[in-house]
Amino acid sequence: MDPASTLFEKVWAEHVVVPETAETPAVLYIDLHLVHEVTSPQAFSVLRDSGLPVRRPDLTLATLDHSTPTTPVRTFQDLLVAGESAARQVRQLEDNCGEFGIQLLGFGSGQRGIVHVIGPELGATQPGKTIVCGDSHTSTHGAFGALAFGIGTTEVGHVMATQCLLQRRPQTLAINVNGVLPGGVTAKDLVLAIIGRIGVDGGTGHVIEYRGPVIAALDMEQRMTVCNMSIEGGARAGMIAPDDTTFQFLAGRERVPRGSDWDAAVARWRSLRSGDDATFDRSVDIDASALTPMVTFGTNPGMVIGIDDPVPSGGDASFRKALDYMQVEAGKPMAGQPVDVVFIGSCTNGRISDIEQAARILDGRRVADGVRVLVVPGSEQVKAAAEARGLDKIVTAAGAEWREAGCSMCLGMNGDIARPGELSVSTSNRNFEGRQGIGARTVLASPATAAASAIAGCVADPRKLV
Amino acid sequence: MNPIRRIASRTVVLAVRDVDTDQIIPARYLTTTTREGLGQALFHDLRYDDNGNEVDAFPLNQARAAECKVLVAGKNFGCGSSREHAPWALLDYGFEAVISTEIADIFRSNALKNGLVPVIVDDATHAWLLDNPGADVVIDLESASLTLPDGSVVGFPIDAFARYCLLEGIDELGYLRKHLGRIEKFEESRVWKP
Ligand code: SF4
Repeated sequence: MDPASTLFEKVWAEHVVVPETAETPAVLYIDLHLVHEVTSPQAFSVLRDSGLPVRRPDLTLATLDHSTPTTPVRTFQDLLVAGESAARQVRQLEDNCGEFGIQLLGFGSGQRGIVHVIGPELGATQPGKTIVCGDSHTSTHGAFGALAFGIGTTEVGHVMATQCLLQRRPQTLAINVNGVLPGGVTAKDLVLAIIGRIGVDGGTGHVIEYRGPVIAALDMEQRMTVCNMSIEGGARAGMIAPDDTTFQFLAGRERVPRGSDWDAAVARWRSLRSGDDATFDRSVDIDASALTPMVTFGTNPGMVIGIDDPVPSGGDASFRKALDYMQVEAGKPMAGQPVDVVFIGSCTNGRISDIEQAARILDGRRVADGVRVLVVPGSEQVKAAAEARGLDKIVTAAGAEWREAGCSMCLGMNGDIARPGELSVSTSNRNFEGRQGIGARTVLASPATAAASAIAGCVADPRKLV
Repeated sequence: MNPIRRIASRTVVLAVRDVDTDQIIPARYLTTTTREGLGQALFHDLRYDDNGNEVDAFPLNQARAAECKVLVAGKNFGCGSSREHAPWALLDYGFEAVISTEIADIFRSNALKNGLVPVIVDDATHAWLLDNPGADVVIDLESASLTLPDGSVVGFPIDAFARYCLLEGIDELGYLRKHLGRIEKFEESRVWKP
């Protein structure tokens, strides 16, 4: 193991087919290509028009998540609930996967779900792999020590046709998280605080490696929450060195190696960490010990404060425009802001531990009058696991809706939206203007804060309810 | 893709920073399965009010914006999702270049692959452009430079390979496929297989 290499550099070096030069980017090999209905149709069309096959269907895995309804789908008629064009898109992915020989985890498979939830769940996401998808939150898979990043549809076509991408090597950014995460403060709060610190463009051109004792102490689902939002800090990828926590999570999952192959894989994975003498292009130190639950107050994830902190004043025209849109006042905290909608789900916080976190707070309580609460599991497997533990009963007994798996109100493509002017406390990753519906005002928070806000009817500190 | 050498146009100015891809094209327009016609949805929720009427104050709705091929935008343009629909919508509307001090990674990569030229300028040039909407500028790809109305010329950084592909109208997939032999060798020589 080269003591001077970073984790990123090791994974990168292992996948270079043709090295980069001043004139040309590297040809980088891709080990796993995840595909969904929204960013793939035009790529399949390019292949079809050029008479090309998908070169490695065995390294390609498709699912349906973005535009699928979260009410049960039994017939094609149900699909039309989400609109005719969405139904056409879903059918087109089914047809494309059939024609090009790609495995589709679709309706009825029991394994359908948000692309970044199912990769790890199936054990397809593994340390040291290069993983891409036509979706910016592909950074999630970096939690396993994979190099994983989002690509556009043209690049989806490149990977389908060649299993490779043309890439310039990005720079590296170490984010060292020291101290201890206080009780009632979650991985979501941590990553929001990190984005607040580095800014929404702080990671542009970089791959982040999250390091330090706080990161090492996180479980895999928490690590995924952190890596998921790397893109919200401008970085295409975020990585965490694999360790025993990683191997225990993966052991026995459907798509991991078995027997002696498993032992060999773990031995290989253990070398995937930055050497003691590794240098990063930049580094940032964060002390987690003073963190509180975090909430956004503006229209990007970098506009974030502690739940009791006052909304900052000043700022430029874009900043004031954001406060206007959000209808929040500088100097006042977000706690106490009346809430209309609560969304618990997404690839950031739609896993079983996230739903448990919310259910612990909802348990035995009632959602405040007039608040609509959607709990949307990240995958069919998460849904089944939650139901096996009775979490669906807790959720519905509290007056929240328990839905089918999908992206849902994270991006409002499937008909699950907040109405104009409504305030939504959401466990997703983007509070952009209109992201959850035209004129909808989004406050990003952890599942615990979202659940506490559902009970209180206003943005509320979960630490008072646990 | 058609070769691109020179873009001469007046500018439209969108003086807001962190314009994300959800604003460039809202998610509800992503159910399309082709690339055509997305210009209608470009900046939809900023361009139109709740009744579908044009918002007069929005820069694209002003008379002098018509026929402009160059968009000047605030810092960190194109952040957010990887949807290639964002550059497709800008191109379909008629834009050929975007100028800012900073353009988000995935958007920039998507833009280059479709012939939308990302032009990164220094703060002073940017401030001048923001203050002077409708300025006549020339973007020359061969020299990677931007010429302002007073004749001053500023260079901009652009990846050598991307520039070559734009200048020659080369499709990157064709280039990548020339390496298929090496890709196969790489696959055979790997110690572990995915
Ligand atoms: S849950 Fe949201 S962020 Fe995640 S893949 Fe779906 S739409 Fe994208």
